[in-house]
Amino acid sequence: MTLEEIRRILNCEVLSGDEDLEQEVFAGCGADLMSDVLAFAKPGAVLLTGLTNVQAVRTADVADIKAIVFVRGKLPDRETVELARAKGIPLLATRMTMFEACGRLWVAGLRADIEPEHAQDAGNLRLHTTV
Amino acid sequence: MPETSVFIQQFEVRGRDFANAGRASTAIKEILKEIGIPPAVVRRAAIAAYEAEMNVVLYARQGTVELQVSPAEVRLLVRDQGDGIPDIELAMQEGYSTASEEIREMGFGAGMGLPNIRKNADEFRIESVVGQGTELDIRIRL
Repeated sequence: MTLEEIRRILNCEVLSGDEDLEQEVFAGCGADLMSDVLAFAKPGAVLLTGLTNVQAVRTADVADIKAIVFVRGKLPDRETVELARAKGIPLLATRMTMFEACGRLWVAGLRADIEPEHAQDAGNLRLHTTV
Repeated sequence: MPETSVFIQQFEVRGRDFANAGRASTAIKEILKEIGIPPAVVRRAAIAAYEAEMNVVLYARQGTVELQVSPAEVRLLVRDQGDGIPDIELAMQEGYSTASEEIREMGFGAGMGLPNIRKNADEFRIESVVGQGTELDIRIRL
């Protein structure tokens, strides 16, 4: 699923990384606890979170998260956006709740854990009950 | 590279310095990527370093994160000066935390830090002296 598709499905505002929306994400992770992201998120995933401070971006950077969607209409401060730009991590924001946003992406085919080589093959989804 | 040759770099971490929390770990990640460490090892080392660095920021007065890279392993030595951990066995349990509300609002303090470090390490040693500080030795084989 590309970031542009996510932007459309969640009706997102793009806060940074406008030029990178054709990038593909291979999994999704929804969490407000950064240790959960570090423990469960897969490399190349999109992170949905209500945490808008600079730690969200640092955590994403450490855990190889490809992009962040802030939920519930919460917006990060300028410092956070600047760090994301420097790290090349696109930031999006939706007014939807975590539940609604995760649900819509799941319905559209995104899962918690998909092997990159199987990303194109819906019959080969390897699912785990992570976050 | 002979077996004895080791790359060493040390990073200072200040307690309660939330604005810079995570900087050492992201720098460590960049270094490991640059010297060609496999991505899966880089990610494990970065996650372990980050959890350890956050522990110093959240709970200690100050500390250091030392990165050592040899042909055999990536090693992280994290030493802090702080209150120490009275019961390490308890602190290693998932979900156990002494975090304040302030820490939890930052997305940390869920009692997952030390278990996450152990999960990402091949060898993990923790020693703590109450009233003095804590030392972590995290080793990931190459």
